[in-house]
Amino acid sequence: MSFLTLRNVTKRYGSFEAVGNVTLSVDKGEFVSLLGPSGCGKTTTLQMIAGFVDVTSGTIELDGRDITRTKPNSRGLGIVFQSYALFPHMTVYDNVSFGLEMKRVAKAERAALVEEALALVHLDKYAKRYPRELSGGQRQRVALARAIVIRPPVLLLDEPLSNLDAKLREAMQFELRDIQRKVGTTTIMVTHDQAEAFSISDRVVVMEAGRITQIDQPYRIYEHPETEFISRFVGKTNMLPGTVATVADGHAAVSLAGVPVEVPADGLSAGEAVVLCIRPEKLRLTAPGQGRIAGRVTDRFFLGSQWLYHLDGPLGTVMAVTANDGDAPLEQGAPVGIDWPASVVRVHRGVLSAAPALEELE
Amino acid sequence: MSSFSTDPAASPLSGEPQDAAGGFRKRFAPALMAGPATLLFATLVLTPLLLTLLLSFNEYDHATGRTHGFTLSHYAEVLTDGYYLEIFLRTFRVAALATAICAIIGVPEALILSRMRNPWRSVFLLVVLAPLLVSVVVRAFGWSMLLGPDGVVNMILQAVGIGRTRLLYTEGTVVVALVHVMLPFMVIPVWTSLQKLDPAVEQAALSFGASRPTTMVRVIAPQILPGILSGSLIVFGLSASAFAIPGLLGGRRLKMVATVVYDQYLGELNWPLGATVAVILLVANLIVMLTYHHVVEGQYRKRMG
Repeated sequence: MSFLTLRNVTKRYGSFEAVGNVTLSVDKGEFVSLLGPSGCGKTTTLQMIAGFVDVTSGTIELDGRDITRTKPNSRGLGIVFQSYALFPHMTVYDNVSFGLEMKRVAKAERAALVEEALALVHLDKYAKRYPRELSGGQRQRVALARAIVIRPPVLLLDEPLSNLDAKLREAMQFELRDIQRKVGTTTIMVTHDQAEAFSISDRVVVMEAGRITQIDQPYRIYEHPETEFISRFVGKTNMLPGTVATVADGHAAVSLAGVPVEVPADGLSAGEAVVLCIRPEKLRLTAPGQGRIAGRVTDRFFLGSQWLYHLDGPLGTVMAVTANDGDAPLEQGAPVGIDWPASVVRVHRGVLSAAPALEELE
Repeated sequence: MSSFSTDPAASPLSGEPQDAAGGFRKRFAPALMAGPATLLFATLVLTPLLLTLLLSFNEYDHATGRTHGFTLSHYAEVLTDGYYLEIFLRTFRVAALATAICAIIGVPEALILSRMRNPWRSVFLLVVLAPLLVSVVVRAFGWSMLLGPDGVVNMILQAVGIGRTRLLYTEGTVVVALVHVMLPFMVIPVWTSLQKLDPAVEQAALSFGASRPTTMVRVIAPQILPGILSGSLIVFGLSASAFAIPGLLGGRRLKMVATVVYDQYLGELNWPLGATVAVILLVANLIVMLTYHHVVEGQYRKRMG
């Protein structure tokens, strides 16, 4: 049973379509992330759910009630803003208590609820402080406590962790998920960080240029990206352009610069241009002379738990990631064999588009 | 390390002055840099003020004018005479009223302005600032033409059947004209503090179920308080010492402190008494403004730091 439903939600600014035909159902208690590069319409979508941006066409339903035209102050949603948007002139306690006050909760009950919420985010000792006296991570948690204390039907998180440093961000990810599980609130998070989206969401909605391109569980999106854009946006990937050479009983042979690779036929026809995607960690490095193709190490990068290699071979430069098992890594210039199981190859139809600019991938 | 310290460019990083010249420069650079401004301020502001203060202690004789003896009689006269007390009270009443009205009109004006989109925002900001481009005297004459016995307002009043009313040379007119002149000084600081506001804070208040008026009072107003405070101080200070508006629209009948000073200097030729009134105005103005600042800023500082 869908709890929050967006049906063909569209937002146009003049002739520019910021969000087009977004249809999404979120179940009660689910944690869904909207993931995409900046300008893809994910924040606009969140703002429409919150009621800060008018919907041009389409409907938004919450628990069977149409809230498309409801004012933001009567939707009752809990929102954590990217800038946290704490009230700077109020103490932590007053910040958290504000929503309850607006709901006219009795004072005694209010105090109990605020304390409970502050305890949940481990800030019970900071109730008397002002936001300016808190660190970034603490402010973030005040914003979260303030949003969940009103027991909202839906919690909206707008890039909640983007202002924190890397280490804190990782810790907060797990804490966020933990709190969300405890409270059981349906949550929608907007993020451009795929690691963040993947690690804590039940489902991820990938958006591109105002449209949803894929809705799936995180690992499915990683393993089975439906478009070339997604495979590029989500994690690192090797994109290998080729042509279908032959199709026979359920299998197609794709020629990658002369190297034949077998993939499932899946409606492919001979002569068609395709792009094969192989994740770097799916490539296996073998002894020279073994494996499917030969390569040579041109560059290597130490990532702590992993080694990232750039390998030159008949397919151009490919990336391979191997676990750091404690042994000495391959030397630069060392010849290697490159192998992969047939099941890890993803096929996208069409020719390879130009690589997107770096800021687009941000 | 030592090879680096020979480079003079690297020396500021080491934290300690490398030689006597560096130490000298470090110690006196701030004073030297502030020097020109201090000199200008001292010559143009402090010297006349000091001379006025000295003048206020001089004796006055009807036959010879100012003499060089020392007396406190002018202070005694001004502080005990009900005539001066009334003028001081009127001046501060008019200034306070003008400040309050400026705040009541200016704050919403700045709010509306901050919500406008370009190009309208720029256009209306220019409209708000435009009065500053016209001389105060010209604006005062404009008001006196509008409000005079044969002015547009009286013509309308007559046509409506209310009859001719004396509008010029009343406190109300002076307040209206002062508001007209001072409004930009309220709008600009409030607008500046609104610019610093995170728009998401307002959205946050709304998302927690606050109505728009509640958001205004509980969330936005406390944050733009410093802007309202500095606007009020500017408007009050300028209004209390305003000369052209009360002079032209209050006339001989409705005296304010600045016009009294003028009269003493140029009408009665009693310079020491004029200087005394001026000094008392300055001190009274300072007391009022510092008290106000202390009270409001104290409230704000307690919460915002």
